[in-house]
Amino acid sequence: MAIAIVILILILVTVIFHFLSPWWFTPIASNWTSIDTTINVTLWVTGFVFIIVNLFLAYAVYRFRYNKNRRADYEPENKKLEGWLTLVTTVGVAAMLAPGLVVWADFVAVPEDADEFEVVGQQWSWSFRFPGKDKVLGKVDTRLISAENPFGLSLSDPFGKDDILVNSNQLHLPINQPVKVLQRSKDVLHNFAVPQFRVKMDLVPGLTSYFWFTPTKLGDYEIFCQELCGFAHYLMRGKITVGSLAEHQQWLTQYPTFAQTQNQPKGDLIAGKKHFQNCVACHGDQGAGNSALNSPRIAGLSQWYIKRQLSYFKDKIRGNKTDDTFGLQMASMMATLPDETAINDVAAYIESLTTIVAKEDLTTLTNATDLSKGKALYSNCRYCHGENGQGNYILNAPNIAGQYDWYLKRQIANFQNRLRGTHQGDLYGNQMVLMARLLHSEQDIDDVSAYISNLPTTVTKTSNQQQLK
Amino acid sequence: MAIFTGLREKPWLSQTPDLASAANNSATRNPGKTALKFFLAVVSMLFFLFIITFLSRTQFADFQALTGKPWLPLENSTQLWINTGYILLASVCFQISSAFKQVNYPTKLLMITLAIVFSVLFVFGQLGVWQTLAADGYLINTNPANSFFYLLTGLHVIHLLGGVLALLRLLFRLALTTNHQQFDANLKLVTFYWHYLIIVWLVLFALLTSSTETFKTIAQLCGF
Amino acid sequence: MTHIAIAEQLDDSHEPGGFVTKYIWSQDHKVIAIQYAITAIFVGLIALVLSAIMRLQLGFPDSFSFIDPSSYLQFVTMHGMIMVIYLLTALLLGGFGNYLIPLMIGARDMVFPYLNMLSYWTYLLSVIVLICSFFVTGGPTGAGWTLYPPQAILQGTPGADKGIILMLVSLAIFIVAFTMGGLNYVTTIFQARAKGMTLMRMPLTLWGILTATILGLLAFPALLVSAIMMLFDMLLATSFFMPAIVSLGDNLAYTGGSPILFQHLFWFFGHPEVYIVALPAFGMVSDVIATHARKNIFGYRMMVWAIVAIGGLSFVVWAHHMYVSGMNPYFGFFFATTTLIIAIPTALKVYNWVLTLWRGNIHLTVPMLFAIGFIFTFTHGGLTGLWLGNVVVDLPLSDTYFVVAHFHMVMGVSPVMVLFAAIYHWYPKITGRYFHQGMGKFHFWLTFLGTYAIYLPMHYLGFLGVPRRYFAIGDSNFIPDSAQTLNASITVSAIIVGIVQLIFIYNVIWSLKYGKKAPANPWGATSLEWQTPDTPPKHGNWGAKLPVVHRWAYDFSVPGAESDFIPQNMTDSEVTWVSGQPPQDREKT
Repeated sequence: MAIAIVILILILVTVIFHFLSPWWFTPIASNWTSIDTTINVTLWVTGFVFIIVNLFLAYAVYRFRYNKNRRADYEPENKKLEGWLTLVTTVGVAAMLAPGLVVWADFVAVPEDADEFEVVGQQWSWSFRFPGKDKVLGKVDTRLISAENPFGLSLSDPFGKDDILVNSNQLHLPINQPVKVLQRSKDVLHNFAVPQFRVKMDLVPGLTSYFWFTPTKLGDYEIFCQELCGFAHYLMRGKITVGSLAEHQQWLTQYPTFAQTQNQPKGDLIAGKKHFQNCVACHGDQGAGNSALNSPRIAGLSQWYIKRQLSYFKDKIRGNKTDDTFGLQMASMMATLPDETAINDVAAYIESLTTIVAKEDLTTLTNATDLSKGKALYSNCRYCHGENGQGNYILNAPNIAGQYDWYLKRQIANFQNRLRGTHQGDLYGNQMVLMARLLHSEQDIDDVSAYISNLPTTVTKTSNQQQLK
Repeated sequence: MAIFTGLREKPWLSQTPDLASAANNSATRNPGKTALKFFLAVVSMLFFLFIITFLSRTQFADFQALTGKPWLPLENSTQLWINTGYILLASVCFQISSAFKQVNYPTKLLMITLAIVFSVLFVFGQLGVWQTLAADGYLINTNPANSFFYLLTGLHVIHLLGGVLALLRLLFRLALTTNHQQFDANLKLVTFYWHYLIIVWLVLFALLTSSTETFKTIAQLCGF
Repeated sequence: MTHIAIAEQLDDSHEPGGFVTKYIWSQDHKVIAIQYAITAIFVGLIALVLSAIMRLQLGFPDSFSFIDPSSYLQFVTMHGMIMVIYLLTALLLGGFGNYLIPLMIGARDMVFPYLNMLSYWTYLLSVIVLICSFFVTGGPTGAGWTLYPPQAILQGTPGADKGIILMLVSLAIFIVAFTMGGLNYVTTIFQARAKGMTLMRMPLTLWGILTATILGLLAFPALLVSAIMMLFDMLLATSFFMPAIVSLGDNLAYTGGSPILFQHLFWFFGHPEVYIVALPAFGMVSDVIATHARKNIFGYRMMVWAIVAIGGLSFVVWAHHMYVSGMNPYFGFFFATTTLIIAIPTALKVYNWVLTLWRGNIHLTVPMLFAIGFIFTFTHGGLTGLWLGNVVVDLPLSDTYFVVAHFHMVMGVSPVMVLFAAIYHWYPKITGRYFHQGMGKFHFWLTFLGTYAIYLPMHYLGFLGVPRRYFAIGDSNFIPDSAQTLNASITVSAIIVGIVQLIFIYNVIWSLKYGKKAPANPWGATSLEWQTPDTPPKHGNWGAKLPVVHRWAYDFSVPGAESDFIPQNMTDSEVTWVSGQPPQDREKT
């Protein structure tokens, strides 16, 4: 008896929940309205069946509940009824399948006028490649991938020369232009998914998969990886902006062609050293940093990392919060570096510095006593920053070994307190924001900072160290 | 197909039972045979899936068949033919030992022993092929064709050794009980098992020594 | 043939002597069944705890320091693998299959009792290997229960050193155990049925178990093949599934392999696996419904055909798990069609369950409550399957929480409802005592309502586009904060449902000692297992004489008969007829 009423109530709850739920498909932003139509057909057919079958169930349970004066019917089968039920079910299934197959036929056939571009996935970031003026993407080979050629383009293929390499997880697409997304992965399976576009497809290492859509609504959307790709799967995000064609072309000009990346100036050390004089006051003439002045050690940090951080400071992507006093200080210093060339030069110079700081100077956190605890916590960091904190270009992870522990602690706290990494222009900061949340107490932060600080510094020891002391 | 006519039976009608029907007749029961059939179905599925995987893997660019050109190792498959001879002889011995009623027990046991010897020769023959391949630099991870060669022949040998083990257990039990009738019935199953081994081997042999062109044709026929 | 003896006369060759041979190294199918069940439920409880930890993280992110992204993925993986393989498959086939097959067909034991015992010990070994992976350095694999390469064996995945090896080895051992058991089940059903027990007179439970076992025998090899090849790729550096890869900055030596090949193999096993779990559940729930509604199962033949058809079709739908895998998109047409066709026999089964209740005389016992709950949850889960099977609807929903909600509804909650129904239903036969009614009802209500409170809202997270297997959602511009509230409420329901299961365990143990003594056939059931001379059945099941079957398994409320059920082993002349005579025409009533 109660069960009949409960089932009735559950049907009602389900229907009410469905209609009141604020959680439903995001407003569509692509041409695939036909998918939404199929979903609606499916919803109505299955919803109807759900209600009818369970209403019947509830009624049957109520109507034929135990009565000692009654006997159940004896009815082995009823061919006619079963025949009808089969027929009706078949019709219902066909009603859902037919539109589905029609829409799938659309999905499979890429329109002639679709523009091609390529999505490249790797653990745990996205990058993109556009074909350039010749409209043809150059040949690639996974085995050619290196720090200098992160896309693995073939040097000998002329079509590759003008390919535009967007080594960033932010993508821009022109509105109302069909695009064919060619997909490639460097390592494991990924899935390029934007909920508002409705369609998605796995990226498979070893082959090129594809799908197509037409963005139909201006705005910013998020790219999610939706195929489990390892430890930091949940951090593999990107951003996609749909804008006008002009904006799109403007956006493309920010990024270098393959040929340009191959001939990039390495950086002028002499010019760099000149610019570096502005840094000396705080960071020291050998970039060893200074605890008293709250300046970190920067000597030997990779050029690409310094470049990215300096650009962030310059564009107020980092050091833009009033609570981030030292970040603001850095941002104001950026006036001394007039342009990208200057940034490139000074970054090259910093990379060439080889100072390391003595362990006892690096570790100041008296709170941190347990290196084994720090090591356990560090196991989450090592995927990207490496076993010894040496960093990894391909994962966009800087070298962190041999840094002052107070500095590491402050940066982790900044990520936790959203003083760093939350600006939408910060490509990989959001990953650190989420990772920093894994440290649940100040003790944890102290322990892991001390552990990193204690990792062997990879730069060779020089006499400069003595001098600095 | 009796199952399919059976499926149309209306079991609630009282006249259905036929207490003497085959399914109820203990004289025709043979659980060992039923179990063996299902077991071989499982093994067939295993090899079938490996072969399908193999065939689809042959269509990737890096696949280099082990035969087709004079310098490729399996172009000369003499050793494999010899091995085929061994396993064929083993099967023939089993057939002789189990099929003829008039064969006396000593002959029977001799035949079984010979069959085991031939089977072991087959195993060593296969090992010999492995060694030749490895010596020529065709290691397991050099090419998917090699990987499949080692994997499939290895599995087939394991399958064979499983049969040998089961057979040894039978002989052991025969020594203990001298229940000849039981032994004869089981020997029939063993014979069946060895015939099956040959069929699997011949399929594998044909596939593993096919050339790239053959694979292309097969793949096209299968629609990969 | 010595095996025949088992079926024909009491064979005391393996009659147990002391405690060890009786309860440990036992060859009695009933003891083995209970060993299987206890082991399966034990690992199931581990998996339940893992899911609770996952839910804590999802419901209250950043609140618990004992879970980080690595352990989250490891728990997800182990939870899924344990539940699907080591709990459901083992409990339904190893547990119920073992217990019920010989009793329901009227045999003394399985035809190969020794092999049966071996099957259990091999299963136990696979469980031990699996549990070992929690204690090796790096922990168990975190590759997701699908174990997709390349990531399953690459450094970016937790447990990629030792965990994955132990996982694959454990699976291989499990497959060996299953094959030994499975060969036994099919041979026993085909060869050891009692006199008069034609296939079409078997209870649907046996049809479900038989078909599921055959599916398992033919599908598990696919998993074995993929496990072997992945182990080769990992340990011997072959390139079956591994293409050229740059992993975390390292150029690996692999070349040319195909990750999609693995997926085809995996799902060629994985989809039939769904039915390996579902079909025995379908069968058992049919028997529970018929018995407690005092009515024959409606459309028995249709039910059998549907089981066989579902079993057959389940081998041609696998790639519906791979619509967005990057495989040739033209496959989508074929697999969407076959997938939606399989819905038809499945729907017919649901209709027939409900139609069995119609004009029945329904006793709302605890097993019946669970069976009714099953019909509700299965309808829900089955219908959302039509969403995901229809290829374009799958595009936005695949890899979101909709999928998680769907398969938990259809493959988690529904079979578990049947398992509870079955345990409560057969408990008096297995132990000779009733379980505690009140605790049983309490267990039912909280489980039924609780699971619906978990999974109904979860579908809506999926509609929104929330991806599955995410440790945390973090900031997002389209997922409203209310989604987090929803997640928290799901977690609370999940914790409650989890705790309620302890009451079930307590009930099972408590009733063993303090439960009311049960008669041999407390529910008035017709099938053979209720007609044993002893309760619980003794070794050899049938005393001196094997039963002979005279009717199908569903003679409930037969017109003209005085009792509202006629056991299968009763002849017409043994039945007390109201008119003194059996009615002539049984078809038209």
